[in-house]
Amino acid sequence: MGSATPRSASVLLLVLLLQVERPRGAELTFELPDNAKQCFHEDVEQGVKFSLDYQVITGGHYDVDCYVEDPLGNTIYRETKKQYDSFTHRAEVKGVYQFCFSNEFSTFSHKTVYFDFQVGDEPPILPDMGSRVTALTQMESACVTIHEALKTVIDSQTHYRLREAQDRARAEDLHSRVSSWSVGETVALFVVSFSQVLLLKSFFTEKRPVGRAVHS
Amino acid sequence: MAGVAAGRRRAMGLRALLLFALCAAGARGLYFHIGETEKRCFIEEIPDETMVIGNYRTQMWDKQKEVFLPSTPGLGMHVEVKDPEGKVVLSRQYGSEGRFTFTSHTPGDHQICLHSNSTRMTLFAGGRLRVHLDIQAGEHANNYPEIAAKDKLTELQLRARQLLDQVEQIQKEQDYQRYREERFRLTSESTNQRVLWWSIAQTVILILTGIWQMRHLKSFFEAKKLV
Repeated sequence: MGSATPRSASVLLLVLLLQVERPRGAELTFELPDNAKQCFHEDVEQGVKFSLDYQVITGGHYDVDCYVEDPLGNTIYRETKKQYDSFTHRAEVKGVYQFCFSNEFSTFSHKTVYFDFQVGDEPPILPDMGSRVTALTQMESACVTIHEALKTVIDSQTHYRLREAQDRARAEDLHSRVSSWSVGETVALFVVSFSQVLLLKSFFTEKRPVGRAVHS
Repeated sequence: MAGVAAGRRRAMGLRALLLFALCAAGARGLYFHIGETEKRCFIEEIPDETMVIGNYRTQMWDKQKEVFLPSTPGLGMHVEVKDPEGKVVLSRQYGSEGRFTFTSHTPGDHQICLHSNSTRMTLFAGGRLRVHLDIQAGEHANNYPEIAAKDKLTELQLRARQLLDQVEQIQKEQDYQRYREERFRLTSESTNQRVLWWSIAQTVILILTGIWQMRHLKSFFEAKKLV
């Protein structure tokens, strides 16, 4: 009972201190309508490395424009009509960085875009783990190694899930298109064959005289 | 006796303050702008029985001062969550700062939509909202300091718990992958069937139409005494 209070207090103090520079990450999938642009902003400290991975999941030709701007307004990354890409950058200026996805080149296909924006390194699960003075024991090192390996597995699973979503979207698109095209082609076939017969018959039909010549 | 009770109350108070500080810290980070009546939707593709926690904070644009106000009471955001079949899982109105949670019962694309329906906005013409959003799913939604405090785990036990949660998430994702692959395979096989049957049907229709055309024209020409 008595030992819990100073422990909670020290954890609270460290959490409050860490509020200033808490590393963050955001992984979102959003819909981007046609002719639209959507921007996201994040506050980054100086010297911190951030990375942006994005991928287009559904829509049109599965491509999107993307650009990243630093707080001074300089474009530090710009790509057009990309399906997926990964961009890392060390922030030279402290401030609000913005990254935007644009579908303005497309007139009728809205897109679904996935992005993963990671700032800094992953924080330790307990705030006071970051300030230890002794080396890690073998058990703790093993845990850290396993944790890093599992993170790689989860990232790889996410990557394959996104590729599979894209392929499945195309397959379902093809599935619905096959039916509508077949019906359309059958209708066209009937229309063409009937009109061919009617046209041919009209060539050989004598035109009725408009008025008989009156014999005097 | 009184000292023990006071110590226990202090520990609880500190723990409450700790949890509050951790919750408040989570609502910062990535932000974007939306218009007054605009609706912004996000998609979370998650496996079965996965918890998703979303934190958001909204700020309103003040036209006179040309700055975003730190907090605006009376500003409300409506959060709507739909499951992959389109059924509404969560549909609630929260304040200007809120936290929503839901657990998925079917695997697939869950759609999280946010829009503001505050009527106060009409006073500030051309109002824009800045929305800070943070959505965490599965293992990332776990709050480890809180778990350590609640179950009284040592550091090593907490690391082991984190690894167990990660492995559980990987297993759920693999089950979801099996389900997705089955759907993909069914769609492909159905397309294959459709293409096959439609090709046969269209060839038969083509042949029958050709035969009908020839017979009709033959009888027409015979009637015209050209053949």
